[in-house]
Amino acid sequence: MADLLISTLTQGLIYALISFGVYITYSILDFPDLTTDGCFPLGAAVTAVLLTRGVNPWLTLLLSLCVGALAGLATGLIHVKLHVRNLLSGIITMTALFSINLQIAGSNLVVDRGTDTIFTSPVTMSLFGGLNLLGRKLVVSLVLAIVVKLLLDLYFRTKSGLLLRAVGDNGTLVTSLAKDAGNVKILGLVIANALVALAGCIVCQEQRSFSATMGTGQVVFGLATVIIGITLFRRLSFVRGTTAVIVGSILYKACIQVAISVGLPANLLKLVTAVLFLLVLVASGRKGEEIIHA
Amino acid sequence: MLEIREITKIYNAGAVTEQCLFDHFSLTVPDGQFVSIVGSNGSGKTSLLNIICGSIPIESGDVLVNGQSIARLKDYQRYASMGRVYQNPSLGTCPNLTMLENLSLADNKGRSFGLSRGVNRRRTEDYRRELAGLGLGLEDKLNVKMGSLSGGQRQAVALLMATMTPLQFLILDEHTAALDPKTAEIIMRLTDKVVREKRLTALMVTHNLRYAVEYGDRILMMDQGQVVLDKADAEKKATSIDEVLGMFNKISIESGS
Repeated sequence: MADLLISTLTQGLIYALISFGVYITYSILDFPDLTTDGCFPLGAAVTAVLLTRGVNPWLTLLLSLCVGALAGLATGLIHVKLHVRNLLSGIITMTALFSINLQIAGSNLVVDRGTDTIFTSPVTMSLFGGLNLLGRKLVVSLVLAIVVKLLLDLYFRTKSGLLLRAVGDNGTLVTSLAKDAGNVKILGLVIANALVALAGCIVCQEQRSFSATMGTGQVVFGLATVIIGITLFRRLSFVRGTTAVIVGSILYKACIQVAISVGLPANLLKLVTAVLFLLVLVASGRKGEEIIHA
Repeated sequence: MLEIREITKIYNAGAVTEQCLFDHFSLTVPDGQFVSIVGSNGSGKTSLLNIICGSIPIESGDVLVNGQSIARLKDYQRYASMGRVYQNPSLGTCPNLTMLENLSLADNKGRSFGLSRGVNRRRTEDYRRELAGLGLGLEDKLNVKMGSLSGGQRQAVALLMATMTPLQFLILDEHTAALDPKTAEIIMRLTDKVVREKRLTALMVTHNLRYAVEYGDRILMMDQGQVVLDKADAEKKATSIDEVLGMFNKISIESGS
């Protein structure tokens, strides 16, 4: 039971990185970005290939951030420079990424037990060697989630961050400030998708595998966690959006874990994900209208 | 100086609904002039502002600032030397950011938006003083989200934000039209004060003929893409509201609206 709790918490913390990404696109930029579903496995594919080639697992985090940023850049350029609607821009990149991911990884990949991950690397062992693998996974995920959260909180309060929050809230104002609103949107998509790919990277190291279909439903997951988080803490304005979505992510993973524990077949998991999202939408009373929360 | 030279603007070019709004239209506004523009709906007032700001494209002609063409500049590039207040009070501010954050953004216009702190605490007192000058009791609401303020309060802050950094032109697009008469009066007086104090060149589109007569140095009446009345300075001062209203009724009857 304790193991189950720890692994659920770990899942919630790792996947919270997707929630951060979706928080930036959907909640701050008001941009329903489906790139997520292709970008998450992109991070995993790149990581699986790099790990099997013996690259330092910590370096894969950085490289995943970079490829994710490129995916976000693609969606941003399609939307801003080619004037394609936001939903369609994401769909185009997501579809292209499905093939690109397979090109990168070749096929579904397994990272064998002998390969070091961020959970077994010498640095991790020297710091948290006293813990078992499950414990190390929790601690490393917690540290990564908190570091990203704090960096985002800091960023949102910089001039650049303020402009990012302004562009989704009122693009006209950004134009009036003599800034290209399109470029600010692109920057947001770049940051968001870098984080989503980072989530893919960590998940790949955690489960030691990449599969081409692992991205399916991740954007729905992200949206659900953002809506759960923001709805829960609606009246507590001192709780930051980033904190709210971490809680949303953990709660969501807990719900899925409960569904599995009561004997739900794995084939029905995406169905449960979709139904859960619908429930969250209806229960929050938002039904998917804009939830700008800057 | 702002020069609009021989511009032609056609809406829905090539379609059955094709409509030529401006046909080689020209207008010159010298520095420091406060121009009020009136006219019926569809007369081209707002289109004129949009053309100056680069929000809509033109078929031919040129827009010059101090002799330099700005026709090829994108809208956001033109705003480097312009400020604009819109009819809709929510367009001038970010509803989900606090007033302090909104003012900080406006304060930073013209500089880079990098990774330094977004809100400069040392400027807070200056903001408070400027807000107190508005006389709307906003100086104690710096940490309130903009969206929770009334339309009039937001418009006052929008006016403050638009004129915070040095600028050449202030564009006022029916900026009192969405406000109740009393608030509209306050905003109008504030506008006049700001334009005078900062010696701005201002173009104000309004449906309120009284404002157009009372405020500003020059009055323009537009009809179907043409200037039908243009009086400045002493000539404008001698113009009564009845005269303007009479002219307005005449063009309204002629154009059948």
